[in-house]
Amino acid sequence: MKVSLFITCLCDAFYPRVGEAMVRLLARHGIRTDFPSAQTCCGQSAFNSGYWEEARAAARTLLDAFADSDFVVSPSGSCVHMLHRYRELFRGDPSAQAKAEELCGKTYEFSQFFVDVLGIDDLGAKFPHKVTYHPSCHGSRLLGVRDEPERLLRNVAGLELVPLPYAEDCCGFGGTFSVKMSDISGAMVAEKAEHVLETEAEVLTGSDMGCLMNIGGHLRHRGRPLRVLHLAELLYEGVSGA
Amino acid sequence: MSGSETAAKTVKERAKEALRNDFLRQAVRFTTDRLRNARLQAAGEQGNWEAWRERGRQIRSHTIAHLDYYLNRFAENARANGAHVHFAESAEEAVRIVLAIAERKGARMVAKSKSMVTEELHLNRALENIGVKPVETDLGEYIVQLAGETPSHLIIPSIHKNRRQTADLLSKEAGEELPTDTPALAAFVRRRMREVFLAADIGMTGCNFAIAETGSIVVFENEGNARMVSTLPKTQITLMGMERIIPTWADLEVMATLLPRSATGQRLTVYMSGISGPRRPGDGDGPEELHIVIVDNGRSLQLGDPEFQELLNCIRCGACLNVCPVYRHIGGHAYGGTYTGPIGAVLKPAFRKNVAEWDDVADASSLCGACAEACPVKIPLHDMLVALRRRKVEAGRAKRPEALAMRAYAAVMGSAGRLKGALRLGRLAVKPIARDGFIRARIGPLAGWTRHRVFPAPAAEPFRERWTGLRLELEREPAAMDPAVRRRLEEALRRRQAEKREGGDERHGG
Repeated sequence: MKVSLFITCLCDAFYPRVGEAMVRLLARHGIRTDFPSAQTCCGQSAFNSGYWEEARAAARTLLDAFADSDFVVSPSGSCVHMLHRYRELFRGDPSAQAKAEELCGKTYEFSQFFVDVLGIDDLGAKFPHKVTYHPSCHGSRLLGVRDEPERLLRNVAGLELVPLPYAEDCCGFGGTFSVKMSDISGAMVAEKAEHVLETEAEVLTGSDMGCLMNIGGHLRHRGRPLRVLHLAELLYEGVSGA
Repeated sequence: MSGSETAAKTVKERAKEALRNDFLRQAVRFTTDRLRNARLQAAGEQGNWEAWRERGRQIRSHTIAHLDYYLNRFAENARANGAHVHFAESAEEAVRIVLAIAERKGARMVAKSKSMVTEELHLNRALENIGVKPVETDLGEYIVQLAGETPSHLIIPSIHKNRRQTADLLSKEAGEELPTDTPALAAFVRRRMREVFLAADIGMTGCNFAIAETGSIVVFENEGNARMVSTLPKTQITLMGMERIIPTWADLEVMATLLPRSATGQRLTVYMSGISGPRRPGDGDGPEELHIVIVDNGRSLQLGDPEFQELLNCIRCGACLNVCPVYRHIGGHAYGGTYTGPIGAVLKPAFRKNVAEWDDVADASSLCGACAEACPVKIPLHDMLVALRRRKVEAGRAKRPEALAMRAYAAVMGSAGRLKGALRLGRLAVKPIARDGFIRARIGPLAGWTRHRVFPAPAAEPFRERWTGLRLELEREPAAMDPAVRRRLEEALRRRQAEKREGGDERHGG
């Protein structure tokens, strides 16, 4: 049984601790993860900006890296959703399309893998803090990860989950959108941050580091830094402290 | 802020202006919040909403796939009812047709009910140029007309104005200070409009749906003014986009369920008028002459285009605007066209065959997908925005620095070895500008980001370099796998393999 980690380029470069938390949580349940080092990036930033040829260069590394994995697990619903766009991306290339289809069928976002595949929604974690959860658009709306993260959070001992107002509104990240349309994106993240602060939560968590980097970065920019943790990090902290 | 349609400035610049306008942002936020909650409630109350959406999509897709047939059928039946049917390929042609009718009738005043197509054609300006006075009789449109602007929302044209601004505009028109309460303002407009309905030579309407089987036009509205302009004046002109057709009255049931609930959260529109031809002998009222102008103006360019044909499914409910987090902050005028919000960002470039001057409209989206989720006929607007961006790149109209950056991206991400090297270089490069793990400097391409947020410095050790140590550590004390978990994993694998086999059999069978 080969379970592979699809780290995503963002977590690889900036948030390796998220990948580490995932691997350690899986190991606690007897699951040995492997890391095919040929992987680079899903290609989404190029794809969404219209540079499909450039996106294909990145996407091919994933098709090769995970060719003989049985399961692929990733800390980003957005990057997992990108795999579902490979059918269009590789239009006219049936062999790449077939590989992509196979990859989609075995790839899961972190909370999806635990709750839906492994059937585990209680990791035995303890985290006595007030927490709010931001459901990222691509993971929840496009990939369809809806209740899984909340189920994991609800089973954490001592954790008080505060609902985030306007939770389903985009945080304004949008990849290159945040740089290209920086003022619109800035207004969006400012509103999102307002809602996060309204909850008076001590910790903001989510399932996509792109969005969390955006919201957390804005809060720090405003001088209101909040602890921002990926769901996997929060859970791992909860099981190692408990 | 002026609402006149202009491509002189970029979306970015117009958005910047809008973001500084607190009145606008508050007004838009207030109304879109109300509308989106009302939509969710109305959809829930109706029940089986996904099934209704799917039925709506099917009706629209079927009609558009056979648009030539249904258009002919509609035109034949409308003519049999005594209506004059005109086809206009371009905006200019549509305007010429309308002006010719107005001139022939010696018209001095046109009473209009809400019609986005007439906005698209800039028909008011054209009428004024030949000395005909167009009067918008829908309250929101009237406010926008008095302000010399264009609508900033499909359904609520004056969404960007608050009560105070509205009262000021109407007071100026009344020549006296009107109170700011809604009943007083509405009473003034009602008195004014009654004079207009009686004095107008021509009544002009848009069309929500055109029923092919009987050649009828159907208009949805809440104020009753569309019924007045299609009843009192001697001549009626209805303008419709060529895609407004649905096959039968039975299909209207689905549309009448989807449209008001999606637009305003109403269970039913207040007035729904079905008009089949001009006044007949024995009718108590109605126009003596009915003209229907069917406008193409870029719509037929979408036919047969696999990425954009579904755009013609749109029923103009505005639900995508109300849920759009970008629209929420910049309002409609920043989009720079007649149609605003996510649907406008796609319609504008698509109708203009993606001409370069409208390229940047498609960039004004974070691709969050809220628009597609809210759409009552399931148009994948976020995918269309990506397709527009791709076409721009393919046409060689991308900005050079961006194209170079993407080329570098492909070079780095095309191989794990190069990525490893780039990660090392990146760490060194940001070292001088990072402090406590964050970059705050507004330099180069990062400036857009750091104006609103800090940027993280890359980790000292990327995951790929940390991996070997981590693996060795974990292998030292492996935990046992719960048999139940193992069973589930094996089960998932078996299921997948079985699906694959079935898929394979099908392929062999096919």
